[in-house]
Amino acid sequence: MDSIDRQPRGVAALPGKDNMLVIPKNLPKTRRQPSTGWAWPKLRELWEFRELLFFFAWRDIKVRYKQTVMGASWAIIQPFFTMVIFSLFFGRLAKIPSDGVPYPVFSYAALVPWTFFANALTQASNSLVFSANMIKKIYFPRLALPIATVLAGVIDFALAFIVLLGIMLYYGLAPTINVVWLPFFLLLALVTSLGVGLWLSAMNVQFRDVRYTVPFLAQAWLFVTPIAYPSSMLAEPWRTVYGLNPMAGVVEGFRWALLGSGSAPGPMLIVSVAVALTLFVSGLFYFRRMEQSFADVL
Amino acid sequence: MSNIAIEAAGLSKKYFIGGARKSYYRLTDQLTDTLIAPFRRAGNLLRGQAAGAAELDETIWALKDVSFQIKSGEVVGVIGRNGAGKSTLLRILSGITDPTEGYTDIYGRVGSLLEVGTGFHPELTGRENIYLNGAILGMRKAEIERKLDEIVAFAEIDKFLDTPVKHYSSGMYVRLAFSVAAHLEPEILLVDEVLAVGDMAFQRKCLGKMDDVAQTGRTVLFVSHNMGLLQMLCQRGIFLNEGAITTDGTISEAVDAYLQTLEQVKSQDLSKRTDRKGLGQVRLVGAEVINSSNGSSSILKTGDAAHLIFHVNAILPRMVCNILILDHLGQSIVGFGSATHGPEDSFDPEGGLRFVCELDEILLLPGRYRVNVSIIGDNRLQDYVEAAMTFDVGPGHLRGRPASSTEFFSVSMPHRWRLPLKD
Repeated sequence: MDSIDRQPRGVAALPGKDNMLVIPKNLPKTRRQPSTGWAWPKLRELWEFRELLFFFAWRDIKVRYKQTVMGASWAIIQPFFTMVIFSLFFGRLAKIPSDGVPYPVFSYAALVPWTFFANALTQASNSLVFSANMIKKIYFPRLALPIATVLAGVIDFALAFIVLLGIMLYYGLAPTINVVWLPFFLLLALVTSLGVGLWLSAMNVQFRDVRYTVPFLAQAWLFVTPIAYPSSMLAEPWRTVYGLNPMAGVVEGFRWALLGSGSAPGPMLIVSVAVALTLFVSGLFYFRRMEQSFADVL
Repeated sequence: MSNIAIEAAGLSKKYFIGGARKSYYRLTDQLTDTLIAPFRRAGNLLRGQAAGAAELDETIWALKDVSFQIKSGEVVGVIGRNGAGKSTLLRILSGITDPTEGYTDIYGRVGSLLEVGTGFHPELTGRENIYLNGAILGMRKAEIERKLDEIVAFAEIDKFLDTPVKHYSSGMYVRLAFSVAAHLEPEILLVDEVLAVGDMAFQRKCLGKMDDVAQTGRTVLFVSHNMGLLQMLCQRGIFLNEGAITTDGTISEAVDAYLQTLEQVKSQDLSKRTDRKGLGQVRLVGAEVINSSNGSSSILKTGDAAHLIFHVNAILPRMVCNILILDHLGQSIVGFGSATHGPEDSFDPEGGLRFVCELDEILLLPGRYRVNVSIIGDNRLQDYVEAAMTFDVGPGHLRGRPASSTEFFSVSMPHRWRLPLKD
């Protein structure tokens, strides 16, 4: 098509209009250009779209248990039956110590935050791939997808938590004053889930291998987290090292805050918090680095 | 002096397309490469090179050095064949993807109607989807609440507002989807071929809505294959060809340039064309029209009998040929599909790998027409070629009645009049 002469472009080609163009001052300017290197995560944009975050989370909750017979009770069944199995095999048969608390309460108090984390891990890592069509067709802050799936899990967490209170009541256990720290440990679980979720969701776009790794990862992580056993089985220098698994800090914290078992948060928790924050911040930056290619790769 | 709305400077976009593989010299090379590749890719990934997995593959420039300025309130039509870069341009402007080179500055909020209904969830009700979709498109909850009645009224779905959209008819679905998107009120609106939804009455309504939008002083970029529509809505036209701007001027100039290239495409070998869609297990490799009423001439007149012949390069189960005939402005006139069987259809294995569509009478009025062809095989789109052929119809007779061209319509039908007087 080289035979067609190129005409002067842009404004010069406009027929019979004044050609002076000025930059409007009252409108926000957006520049789209190739992204190079590391950049700041688009947190302000996410804040502007905070209602979208809410709508995505609300959609996930609303849709998750539609067309299931058991509905939202799945949120309870999952950790509850794991607890029953753990109590039978680890509590009764293997006689694993439980810091002086009845084994069912001991394991369920850990399974509640764990189930939240494991579900967030699985769902967040698939969040971008499952919304491929939307990502290719519409622009919205991509961060909203994995974050909303993690936030939607908080409802399931709340349901499972109510059952935990019921179980404690059944065993005649009242929460200690430490319970005021509980929101902090939930926040730690949230930050850990978001950190891992951001990494895995962005990697899953590029490498679908992630999808096959996640179930295995979740299973392995379950065993390196003190859910079926107390972390007091480890002697001190190693307990602090154990905190490198932030979920260890979360689980031990939950038990301490609710049941008063184990020891008060110490060096292990500090390590956990540091690791969780590192995961979260690096996850945000890695996500920012990858997000421009999502629409092209998906 | 007017305000600037969009400025693009040297916009280019490179895509990686699979297929081309490096040829190996030795087995040891291949082995080391296989062993090292995952690590190199992981390294690339960590360094943030998106294309880590595709570095050995072929690349294609979907846009190459595109520059323009659009002033506030201008309504611009973007024209081009499939694969010319129109959609890539809109995707960059809306922020879905980054340019590979160059930049674009946008002043004001951008809304895009790139595909209606993305983000709809079948399990949610109409009302819930309005909120969800509105939020995805960038509307505030308060804004959606304010416009809810208007959106519902426009979509004509008020009775089904609280029914899950999976129970909607496809017509209701697209009406609702379009209605949500059409009530966006950004300063700049990007529209990609979304007007072709719903039935005729709704299409007219959408058109009216778009015309309103264009009148309110908002900046609009339209992508469409419908030249008549673009000429009606736009003042300015940008014609993209193979990723570059060929013409940027009035909409008529751009349309003329586009129609000229369609003529050139006609003479090109079909199997060599790259502006096509589909899986590609079967390709359309030839298309011709033969006047069957006077032997095999390719000169047609209104009222003649004709064979439209489409050659393919393979056979697949459940293979279907669909054709759409369009006039010179890109308005679709009539279409046929081989999936709807008629009693006169026949099976002709000796004829070779081809579909033949036999027309007893050409009801098209004199003018130039082109044919879009899609081949479906195995229930999936295998090939889609726009303007696979063009042909001219000359003045002729339809059952003895002379047929001549008019600018108002392009089809006639055999008919007779009963008159109250003899003149």
